[in-house]
Amino acid sequence: MVSGTGTGERKRLVKGPGLLLVWLYGVMSVGAVSRSAYQIATEFGRAPLAYTLSAVAAVVYAFITYTLVRGGETARRVALGCCAVELVGVLVVGTWTLVSPGSFPDATVWSKFGAGYLLIPVVLPLTGLLWLRHRR
Amino acid sequence: MLDALTVAVSVAALALAAWCGYAAFRDQPTKDWHFIGMAVVTVLALAQLVIGIVQLARGEQPAEGNVIFVSYLVGAVAAVPTAGFMSLAERTKWGSITVAAGAVVLAVLEVRLNDIWGG
Repeated sequence: MVSGTGTGERKRLVKGPGLLLVWLYGVMSVGAVSRSAYQIATEFGRAPLAYTLSAVAAVVYAFITYTLVRGGETARRVALGCCAVELVGVLVVGTWTLVSPGSFPDATVWSKFGAGYLLIPVVLPLTGLLWLRHRR
Repeated sequence: MLDALTVAVSVAALALAAWCGYAAFRDQPTKDWHFIGMAVVTVLALAQLVIGIVQLARGEQPAEGNVIFVSYLVGAVAAVPTAGFMSLAERTKWGSITVAAGAVVLAVLEVRLNDIWGG
């Protein structure tokens, strides 16, 4: 996934601030995918809702990382849509965990707007939206 | 031994983050010296991985389980080299910022590793 945007025709999205963005998305992908895979494999029954939501977050992160690395106009639009979905997800899940903590015996990646991840989950989609609009 | 290495890796990672952050502040890409710094941090993280596995082999148990412990050790080794490799393709200050971010991620992983080991 590293710097693999060799094809000259496509619009590069991994460039300048985009490099930092794709790095952070990569980190969140690895973190969320391994975390949810481990939790679903070992203790799914304890907090099915939380672990399912973490898995959804993992898929979104991995997909956005892929589109950013791939580059091109279509990928840019798809990534833009996914960042919007991600932002809505963080806001909904973040609010949900605050309003009804009882539904979540264990934390999700997006609990409390991603406070367990230095609030990166709420900053990342906003930064992503700005960057992807800028690259239009 | 493991605790000492956790502290050493954390301090080295934060120093690397500050150094690359300073390079970015001066609008410079990562240079040879920065890569030597990344190599030092990575060697420390590798030593931590080896010592961690030795501790497990001796029968010591991390508070949060072996799988999570080893995953974090591997992640700690990978964080800085991945960011450094990416910065090779981006010869601007954004390469330096990415390496600084990688080093911060490593420092956070070290804090978590400390919890995972000690509980």
